[in-house]
Amino acid sequence: MEDKPREERHHSRGNSSTNARRSGASGGRGGADRTSGAGGSTFTRREALKTLTLASFATVGLTMTGCQNSPENPANNPFGEGVSPEDLEMWNRSFFTEHEFETVRQLTNMIIPADERSGNAEEAGVPEFIDFMMLDRPGNQTPIRGGLNWLDAQCRKQFGGNFVDCTEEQKHAMLEQIAWPEDAEPGMEPGVRFFNRMRDLTASGFWSSETGIDDIGYIGNMATSWDGCSDEACEHVGVSYEES
Amino acid sequence: MYIQQGTKEYDVAIVGSGAGGGMAAKVLAESGADVVMLEAGPWFDSEEFAMFKWPYESPRRGASIPEQEFGEFDACYGGFNLEGEPYTTAPGTNFAWFRARMLGGRTNHWGRISLRFGPEDFKARSVDGHGDDWPISYEDIKPYYDRLDREIGIFGTNEGIYNEPGGIFQPPPKPRCYELKVKEACDRMGIPCIPSRLSILTKPLNGRAACHYCSQCNRSCSTHSNFSTPSVLLPPALETGNLEIINHAMVREVLTDGNGRATGLSYVHKPDKKEYQVKARIVVLAASACESARLLLNSKSAQHPNGLANSSDTVGKYLMDSTGTSVAGIFPQLFDMPAHNEDGVGGMHLYMPWWLQQANTDFPRGYHTEIWGGRGMPSYGFMGGIQNYNGMFGDGDGGEREKGGGGYGQQLKEDYRRFYGSVIGFSGRGESIAYEDNYCEIDPDTVDQWGIPVLRFHYNWSEEEYKQVRHMQLTYRELIEEMGGTILGGDMPSREQGYGITAPGQIIHEVGVTRMGEDPSSSVVNEYGQAHDVDNLFVVDGGPFVSQPHKNPTWTILALSMRASEYMVEQRNQGNL
Ligand SMILES: Cc1cc2nc3c(=O)[nH]c(=O)nc-3n(C[C@H](O)[C@H](O)[C@H](O)COP(=O)(O)OP(=O)(O)OC[C@H]3O[C@@H](n4cnc5c(N)ncnc54)[C@H](O)[C@@H]3O)c2cc1C
Ligand code: SF4
Repeated sequence: MEDKPREERHHSRGNSSTNARRSGASGGRGGADRTSGAGGSTFTRREALKTLTLASFATVGLTMTGCQNSPENPANNPFGEGVSPEDLEMWNRSFFTEHEFETVRQLTNMIIPADERSGNAEEAGVPEFIDFMMLDRPGNQTPIRGGLNWLDAQCRKQFGGNFVDCTEEQKHAMLEQIAWPEDAEPGMEPGVRFFNRMRDLTASGFWSSETGIDDIGYIGNMATSWDGCSDEACEHVGVSYEES
Repeated sequence: MYIQQGTKEYDVAIVGSGAGGGMAAKVLAESGADVVMLEAGPWFDSEEFAMFKWPYESPRRGASIPEQEFGEFDACYGGFNLEGEPYTTAPGTNFAWFRARMLGGRTNHWGRISLRFGPEDFKARSVDGHGDDWPISYEDIKPYYDRLDREIGIFGTNEGIYNEPGGIFQPPPKPRCYELKVKEACDRMGIPCIPSRLSILTKPLNGRAACHYCSQCNRSCSTHSNFSTPSVLLPPALETGNLEIINHAMVREVLTDGNGRATGLSYVHKPDKKEYQVKARIVVLAASACESARLLLNSKSAQHPNGLANSSDTVGKYLMDSTGTSVAGIFPQLFDMPAHNEDGVGGMHLYMPWWLQQANTDFPRGYHTEIWGGRGMPSYGFMGGIQNYNGMFGDGDGGEREKGGGGYGQQLKEDYRRFYGSVIGFSGRGESIAYEDNYCEIDPDTVDQWGIPVLRFHYNWSEEEYKQVRHMQLTYRELIEEMGGTILGGDMPSREQGYGITAPGQIIHEVGVTRMGEDPSSSVVNEYGQAHDVDNLFVVDGGPFVSQPHKNPTWTILALSMRASEYMVEQRNQGNL
């Protein structure tokens, strides 16, 4: 495979249908940055503050269902309008070469495979997420790029080809040597460290995706009332509200 | 002209819009005073922020960015490092300084833990001989705490513990199931474990909606159901028409006249980088404790060669932060928990107040314990480092594991599901003692990007704090074992490792650097935050604290600021200011 930078991010099904809401238009960066003029110009944001009395469950409910995504978005944007232009620009760039991306794709799918409950890492958009985090946190770049090269060098030494060229059996044989920190042979330390990072990045990307959140059974981030945990959960833990 | 001088003279100019500044703005604007507030950061409106955002609505899934140290959905623009605004620490000492730069300061994402200081806290020297007593007593401040409870709102329970005074509480939320488990173990060990006291509404109050239990208080709150200055204090202040807020205004110094009285402030307006001045009859500093000290030290004049209000040479001294350490355990009883909504409010529902007042501990003062855990929303960093513990608990079907922790593939995927929400942690927050030689001063060699000289910190924990943190570690380890859990992170840190104590400043409760007192030769301000040396200059953030009990400071900052601001109103009405 030719080692050239990937032109465009390819989106997998897993994260293409984000439940984009209209909240948080700033995406958190810098926020609503309205300046009231210096040297004594009057403040003009009174009205916004006044609306606090109107804020209620009703408005919350509306924004939750009223999702309006502009259909024609020129940039590749699976995030909805909450994403900042800078982030979107970075999302549409890529760090990994095609070869690196393919290696990451295969590795993350081996870390989180599909099963009857949910899809694999790729289907949840994990490889693209990891690529983004390389640009977002440049401190990742050398350890991950270096780790991928270490992996290929090991595979060439042991099996005569890069990781992606190995058979399924050989790939597993390779991971068996680096995926179990306490069990790893001396000399495998760089691989162990690299794999720990990949495992963590994969978990971050997978479980924080729509697929992953659904799979793990996180229920929340919504307006509700609170009357304690469910009976089922209390029973599981062996506690009850009556006794305490 | 290099300096843009406003022609208007305000009654009051306030620096900073956090807890102290927000309260002062409200009280003073409502009294009819003409108030200007200078805030170094941008405008912030929680209604336009990140409520209900899912991690997958951002490519970085909620991870932090340089401008938002606690994550991109966290309502804090700021952190321990601010671009262009350095601070330094003296060799051999350590201090971590957290600064917010936004409307509302750190009140947008603080933990809302709101514990009244108790009678003994104001007179701790009389109790154990360390530090100093406050010039006020619990009885002096109690009416203000009561009003905060009624006007801002707080939930909790009255437990009748002498030095943990109750209040006028809304009903607390029921504990989460894992918190009940903690409580059961605490009951067996004789440690009180009671409803927490957070400034979050469980019932509507003064036009603000009750909490909708999304657990994201760190995002501020789109329905204003928890306390932050822009949600609760600035709206009524602006409503009066008497408050003007100038954002992006980084105050450089307090201006004084030939008599040494304060006449106003000079500031850099960040967007145009120009220098401006505002005139005011009263100047109120609420830039956060150390920033206010920095302003005083940088405001030198012929009348105040040692910095403003510093004839006692105490500005910057007696710096305090809470001590802290954390221990977490993993609990097999919580494995494979049935899916359920465990969000609740954004914070713990139960906590452990200090319980050994009468015991003979080998350290003075006490600590409280904050409880955390549960099935939080997965986002960046989710279950990181699983290889450190997933090997300890078999294969999930009662079988052995061949190869310890880590792994990949189907078993790993199931491990994440199994262990999700099974960690419970305990964080101690303890009282440190005020020492003169824990201090900040102006670093003569370093300026920030606007040319304002920066602070240099000198801080070391004393033996008392190490002993206290050792006690926390031992207690939490015993508790985890009592609950049938496995301690994460290995053995207890040694004395050489400081027993796992946090660096000074890290608990973000820095107070004390402009302390109050009756004696102008050993304190900066009087009991009303009024500078001994300059009668029209006040400090209303955490600077005036004489001690920092283990209780988080903000409720007391608010109470003291309310008291000080009403004193200003009274003095103004009497023609004294
Ligand atoms: C993560 C976290 C959790 C916390 N949890 C709790 C808790 O549970 N309970 C509790 O009691 N406390 C808690 N705190 C602490 C609490 O946030 C502070 O005690 C409180 O906000 C202090 O209020 P303040 O008014 O002194 O300062 P701040 O809230 O910091 O506000 C100061 C303001 O002044 C502005 N400013 C600074 N310098 C200048 C200048 N030169 N010119 C103009 N403006 C300036 C800043 O931009 C800022 O907006 C927590 C803090 C953090 C960060
Ligand atoms: S938990 Fe309650 S107070 Fe906190 S952000 Fe959600 S609704 Fe607001």
